[in-house]
Parts: sequence; C-alpha cells; structure tokens
Amino acid sequence: MDVLTLARLQFGVTTVYHFFFVPLTIGLAILVAMMQTFHVATGNEKFKRMTQFWGKLLLINFAMGVVTGIVQEFQFGMNWSEYSRFVGDIFGAPLAIEALLAFFIESTFLGLWIFGEEKLSKKVHLATIWLVAISSNLSAFWILVANSFMQNPVGYHIAASGRAEMTDFFALITNPNVWLQWPHVALGGLTTAGFFIAGVSAYRLLRSRKTSVEVRETFRMSMRLGLAAATVAVLGTMIFGDLQGQRMADTQPMKLASAEGLWNAESPAGLSMFQIGDEDARTSIINIRIPSLLSLLTFHTPGGQVLGLNDVQHLYEQQYGPGDYTPPAIWLTYWSFRAMVGSGMLMFLIGLVGLWLGRGKKVIARKWFLMALVGAIVLPYLANSTGWILTEMGRQPWIVQGLMRIDQALSPNVGVVDLLITLIGFTLVYGALAVADVYLLQKYARSGMSDGGNADAIAMANAAGKPDGLYLSGK
Amino acid sequence: MDLQTLWFILITVLFSGFFFFEGFDYGVGILLPFISKADQERRIVINAIGPVWDGNEVWLLTAGGAMFAAFPNWYATMFSGFYLALFLILVALIARGVAFEFRSKDDHSGWRRLWDWAIFFGSAIPALLFGVAFANIVRGMAIDARMNYVGTFFDLLNPYALLGGLVTLTLFILHGALFLEMKTDGALRERVQAVIRVAWIPVLVCVLGFLAFSAVQTDMFATVTVVKFVALAIAVVALLSVIAAIRVKRFGLGFIGTGVAIIATVALLFSTIFPRVMPSSLGAAFDLTIYNASSSQYTLQVMTVVALTLVPIVLAYQAWSYWIFRKRLTTQSKLEY
Ligand code: HDD
Ligand code: HEM
Ligand code: HEM
Repeated sequence: MDVLTLARLQFGVTTVYHFFFVPLTIGLAILVAMMQTFHVATGNEKFKRMTQFWGKLLLINFAMGVVTGIVQEFQFGMNWSEYSRFVGDIFGAPLAIEALLAFFIESTFLGLWIFGEEKLSKKVHLATIWLVAISSNLSAFWILVANSFMQNPVGYHIAASGRAEMTDFFALITNPNVWLQWPHVALGGLTTAGFFIAGVSAYRLLRSRKTSVEVRETFRMSMRLGLAAATVAVLGTMIFGDLQGQRMADTQPMKLASAEGLWNAESPAGLSMFQIGDEDARTSIINIRIPSLLSLLTFHTPGGQVLGLNDVQHLYEQQYGPGDYTPPAIWLTYWSFRAMVGSGMLMFLIGLVGLWLGRGKKVIARKWFLMALVGAIVLPYLANSTGWILTEMGRQPWIVQGLMRIDQALSPNVGVVDLLITLIGFTLVYGALAVADVYLLQKYARSGMSDGGNADAIAMANAAGKPDGLYLSGK
Repeated sequence: MDLQTLWFILITVLFSGFFFFEGFDYGVGILLPFISKADQERRIVINAIGPVWDGNEVWLLTAGGAMFAAFPNWYATMFSGFYLALFLILVALIARGVAFEFRSKDDHSGWRRLWDWAIFFGSAIPALLFGVAFANIVRGMAIDARMNYVGTFFDLLNPYALLGGLVTLTLFILHGALFLEMKTDGALRERVQAVIRVAWIPVLVCVLGFLAFSAVQTDMFATVTVVKFVALAIAVVALLSVIAAIRVKRFGLGFIGTGVAIIATVALLFSTIFPRVMPSSLGAAFDLTIYNASSSQYTLQVMTVVALTLVPIVLAYQAWSYWIFRKRLTTQSKLEY
C-alpha cells in the first residue's frame, strides 16, 4: 500500500474510533446533569441513584474519549504536515480555542465533580457537572468550526506564499456549514445517550427478578427519560440533516451525487432506494427509485434539477483543470447515507412506540419492546459513524474543498514503514482498549446499583482498609 | 515587542505550565509501583493526582494547539519530525489515561497490576521522551530547505538528547515525590520521604552534566543574554534551595523549588533557541524562526485577544480546584479511583 492510502486509513480508523465515544459523552453529560438537577430540586433519592449509576458509565466513556482525542490533536502535524502548513493560519485557531475554552473546563470540572462531592456545596457540585456538559458541547462546536472550513472554506484568502490565511475570524465562526453541522452532531449525541440509557435500562428490567422494587423503579424512570430525550433529539437530528442535504446541493454537489449514487443530472430526480452500480463505467446497473422524491427533498419543489457525478466532474474539470474529482468509493457514501437515514427513521419509530406504550402512568412492560430497545443501542452508533464516513469520503479528493487535494497534504518525510508501525500500533492498542472498555461497561451495566446503599458500602470498605469492588456495591 | 515574540513567550509559558503540572503527575506515576505496598496505598497515590491529572494534561494540548495556531510551520515540522517518538508518547498517554479510570473499577489483582504498570510506563516514557525531544531541538536537527526533518529516528537518540531525557525524568521523579509528600500520611509518607532524601542526587548530577554538555553541543553559552543568565541563575539557585529544604524537611518549599527549577529550565532552553524555534543542523539558512514559521499578523492578533482573556480565567479556576483538594489523603478518605 502507498503512503496516501495508509495515512488515510489511519486517520479514518482513529477518528471513527474517537467518535465512538464522543457522542455518548456529549449527550450523557447533559442527561446526567439533568438527573442531578432533579435530585437537588426534589430531594428524591431515585434521582440520586440515577445520577450515580449513569455518571459512572459517563466516566468510563469519557476516559476513552480523552485518550483517543489526544491522538487526533497530534495527527495533523504527524501525518498531514503539508496540510498543516497550508491551513494552519486558519485551522489552528479553533483547535487552540477548543483546548483553552473547552478542554480546560471539561477536565478541571469533571475532576471536581468526581472527587468534590463532599467538599463542595450541593449547588456548586451541581454546577460542576453542568459546566462539563456545556463545555463538551462547546468543544464540539470548535472542532466543527475547523471541520466546516474544510467543507466550505470562508473568511480566508490565498497569500503570496501560496498558503491560506485568515481574513475574517467572524466569518469562520458564522460559517453556515457549522451552524447546521453542530446542531446535527450535538442532537445526534443526545440521541446516542438517550438510546444508550433506554437500552441499558431495558436490559436491567428484563433480568430484574432478583432486584429490589426501588432499583426497578429507578431503571423505569431512566428508560422513560432516555426514550423521551432520544425521540425529541432524533427528530431534531433529522430536521437539521435535511437542511444539510439542501446545503450540500449548493456547496458540495459532488458529495450529494455520491450520497445518491446519481451518475447523470435529472430533473426531477428520483430517490434511489437500492442500487448496484459500476464505478469504472460510471453508471448504475440496478436502481430502484421513488420518482421525484430527491428533487422534492433537496429543493422542496418536485421539478428541481439535481446534478450527477458526471456533470460535477465536467464542471470541476473546467474550474480546476484536468483530474479525477469523483470520490473514491461511491458505494460507501451511498450506503453510508442510507444507513444513517435508515437508522434515524427506525430510531424515531422506536421512540414513538415507546412513548405510546408508556403513555400516562402505565408501565412499559412489553418484553418484545424491551428486547428491541437493547438491540437499538447499536443504531445511533451506526448513524454517527456512517454520517462521518459520508461527510469525509464524499469530500474526497479534496481535503479542503476546492483548495487542496488530499495527495498534496501528506507529510513528505513520513514513509510507508513509519505509517505501518503507527497504523498497526494504534489498531492493536485500540483493540485492546475496546476489550477492556466493553468488559467494564457490561460489568457495571449488569450489576451496578444493585441496592440503594452504594455510598455507604464504599465508605465502609474504605474504612476497613479493604480493596472494595468500588462501585459494584452489589458484590 | 512584536506579536511573534509575544507568542513565543506564550508558548514558553504553556510548556512551562505543562512540565510544572504534568511533571509531578509523571513523577507520582513512576513512583507508584515502588512506593506503595498494599492496594489501599496504591489507591491513595493515584487519588492524590486523581482530580487534577486530566486538567494538567490539557496544558500539553493547549501548547500544541497554540503552536498550530501561531506557528503552523513549527507544529508541522516538529510533529512530523518526531514521528515515532510521538507515537510512543501517544501510546503511553493512552495507557496511562485509561488506567487511572479503569484500575480500581475491578478488584482482580491481575487487572489492577496490569493498570499499575500502565501508569508506570505511561508516565516514565513521556517523562523521558519530552526531555529527549527538547534537547534535540536545542541541539539542532537536520531540517532541509522545505522545513522538513530529514534525519532518522535513531539520530534523535544521541547522547546529549538522552542526557536531556534523564534530566526531565529525574527532575519529575523528585518533583512528584515532593508533591506526594504533601498529599500523604503515615507509613506511606515516610517511605516517600526516604525516596526524597536520595532522589535529589541524580537530579543534580544530570542537570550539571547537561549544562556542561550544552556548552559543547549547543550555542547555549555562545552568547550571553540577560534572559538566559537570569533563567540559568534561577534554575541553579532553585535546585540548591531544594536540597537545603529537603535537609531541613521543609518539603512544601522543596516542591516550589523543583517547580521553579522546571520553569527556569524551560525558559533557559527556549531563550537559547530564540528567535529560532527549530535550529537546523544543516545550515542557519534552514532554521525555522518565529518569523518564517508564524501565522499571519491577523491570526496572531485574534489569538492574542483570545489567549489574554482566557488564560487568566483558566489559571483562576485551576487554582481554585487545587485549593479544594489541598488536604492530605488518609486511609479514612473516600477514594474514587
Ligand atoms: C463533535 C464532537 C467532536 C469531534 C468531531 C471531535 N472531538 Fe475530540 N472530543 C470531543 C468532541 C469531539 C469531546 C466530547 O469534547 C471529548 C470526547 C470525550 C471527552 O472527554 O471530550 C473529546 C476529547 C478530545 C481530546 C482530549 C481532551 C481532554 O484531555 O480533556 C482531544 C485532544 C480532542 N478531543 C481532539 C480532537 C480532534 C483534534 C478532533 C478532530 C479530528 C476531534 N477531537 C474530533
Ligand atoms: C469525529 C468525527 C469524525 C469522523 C468520524 C471522521 C471520519 C473521517 C474519515 C472516515 C476520513 C477518511 C476519508 C477518506 O480517507 O476517504 C476522514 C478524513 C479526514 N478528516 Fe475526518 N472525521 C471526523 C472529524 C473530523 C474533524 C473534526 C476534522 C478536522 C477538524 C477532520 C479532518 C479530517 C482530515 C484532515 C481528513 C483527511 C485524511 C483522510 O482523508 O483520511 N475530521 N475523516
Ligand atoms: C433523516 C435523517 C438524516 C438525514 C437526512 C441526515 C443528513 C445528513 C447529511 C446530509 C450529512 C452530511 C453533511 C455534510 O457533509 O455537509 C450528515 C452527516 C452526519 N450525520 Fe446525519 N442525517 C440524518 C440522521 C442522522 C442521525 C439519526 C444521526 C446520529 C444519531 C446522524 C449523524 C450524522 C453525523 C455524525 C454526521 C457527520 C457530521 C456532519 O457532517 O454533520 N445523522 N447527515
């Protein structure tokens, strides 16, 4: 394999892995902060147990988000040094601001939240988790400002030295791209957390015969909160996604065409449901479509013309000179888009069913539904990963849309051997981490909160000087 | 003073903060397997830095982000140049970060021992390699006309740089031990004190050796500037006062002493290369300087406003957090990690 392929593979693998943990942190921090707010406001112990249980899962997940994030921060310089030189003037700023404005708050106040419960007043302790929740969403904003510049460059000029330089910071942070991308990603995070909570709660309710009434009540309450949050959030995610699709027609028509597997312009364009194509011949072989629907979705009129891959290729050849401007794997963007939208719709449906079943004071006790909820945990993860694959692969061969191609972005002094060492190294380390993380998560999700006296059990074990099972008070 | 110089100073400050704070974290992590006997003691050691380690690590992320924003060519040259070294550092930081969180959440002794060693190696490797990296920068690296490092990984392991690594390693161990002394009690604290009583010796040897070696290998003493002189004087005085403080058992003062020594050393190294950011060993024409590596004037202005507003706020709430966690940990304390 050549350097470019390896570098891209490495970036893709490490970034998708980072984004396995990010959405849950973003969403769960908000929901845990809400639980703690309910506890402080009502004094109800149920909310305290919820805060503790979901808070511990948040911490395990957060640690993974942190350590995989450090890799991201270093990677631009390590693997993409020419890229860093070219856009550093613009791209470095949001990254530095993210660290100064978000990471410092996140890490410091999370420390205070975990360790400060007995040292801070109730209200201050509550404020610390809210600060964590707000700053993790802020961190998302700043990194997406950077990413949005790559999708839709604004507020810059190309200097005499040939590099891109910032001319308008305000334009950078009001990039229309980021004001759709950020809500879409943040609401996707809330969706993830909602389904995570609902799924784990359902799992506990399914095998709850031995647990106390109190604990069952707590998981029921959690499940409702999770489902309600997820349903609202997934609806919001879909609305913003729809708006993003419309923008894409404007700013990244190639990406839209690759998401649809649309080779030639059509007006009105039909929405493809299932397609098998031939990328070398640049045409599709089997294509099952709903007439006019794509035009309708994109332009909100049935007649709008949607450009195909071949048309945009011609356009770009005229604009940027000869070259191949078609993304490398149309099947991947095509199916990624369908996986994201499909799981979004499915999640919305599940959410509605859940809210219907749980309406009024009635308990959601249908076994089949609880089992469905457990399975549904994978859906937001699928949607998040495929969403990014679409966004980033659909932009290829550009690393910065219209300004720099990916093959111009590599570090010239990093060779195949270097890349193989790091690619294999990260893969092994990440694989091992996944095993440890899943082991802990399932262990805790299975047996955490087995009785009400968690804090007392820890205090007693500590006093006795024994290594306790810590959070596993049920042991 | 122009904005390039201001940003050079700011990045010096960020790296000083990083080495000051993460320095004792690394030291504590390195001491962990040796200083503590029972599991309860190990947990006390880990919990001593538990609330603050992640906030401390963000100093590194901010320093990196600030380099990227203010001196993109510096960031690009350094990060691609130290490619494999940074890979090792990243793996170490990954292992160490999850270890803190994971270790005590399961009580199998094998599980806990695994993560204890992850903390040890995860702390020792960066403590060593950051010193190696900065010594290489001061010594000058093979940087070509296109600003790329063209040497090999093994060129980075020259004796001078390795000695630089030993300086940071030994200094961080002492710094960490002094921090731990302030946070622990009982038998554990006595063991920490025993370590401190000898740990200053290798520090002194390495630092003196490094300074002497620097006279040969670098242009540290080729010219004398006020800043360099002051930084050197403070570093030496601070180290000597650490030794004095240890003798009279004023360990808190000793901790401040190692902290000042760390900051002064960073200042000495950075003022040695100034106004270059990465001297080239292939010829002065290829040096990266604060001018040919920097961002545009506009970006520097924006970032100056951002940094001068945010850094004081960060310092304020971090100080508050240290104040909240100022007490010693005992066997009666509630341990989270
Ligand atoms: C939409 C959100 C989002 C996206 C696209 C990214 N991250 Fe991230 N990142 C977060 C949202 C986030 C977070 C929610 O703030 C995390 C995850 C868990 C956590 O602890 O913070 C985080 C952690 C995190 C950390 C550790 C912070 C610490 O020590 O506290 C770093 C250095 C980065 N990220 C850097 C990056 C870079 C350079 C990215 C681009 C490739 C990136 N992240 C993509
Ligand atoms: C965390 C969410 C993200 C995910 C899951 C993700 C995913 C991906 C994937 C799969 C690729 C590979 C595309 C290909 O090789 O064809 C890629 C490329 C890239 N992405 Fe992202 N991305 C994310 C966020 C970001 C952000 C926030 C930035 C910038 C701030 C960014 C910068 C890049 C760069 C520089 C590349 C080029 C390298 C390459 O093409 O492999 N990504 N990303
Ligand atoms: C009907 C439903 C949805 C539609 C129409 C939709 C649409 C889109 C579009 C068009 C993009 C690409 C944006 C761009 O590259 O400029 C995108 C990206 C993305 N989507 Fe969706 N989406 C939907 C549902 C979801 C759901 C349910 C999730 C997660 C729970 C999700 C997560 C993401 C993520 C993480 C990205 C990458 C970041 C970004 O570019 O915004 N999407 N989506």
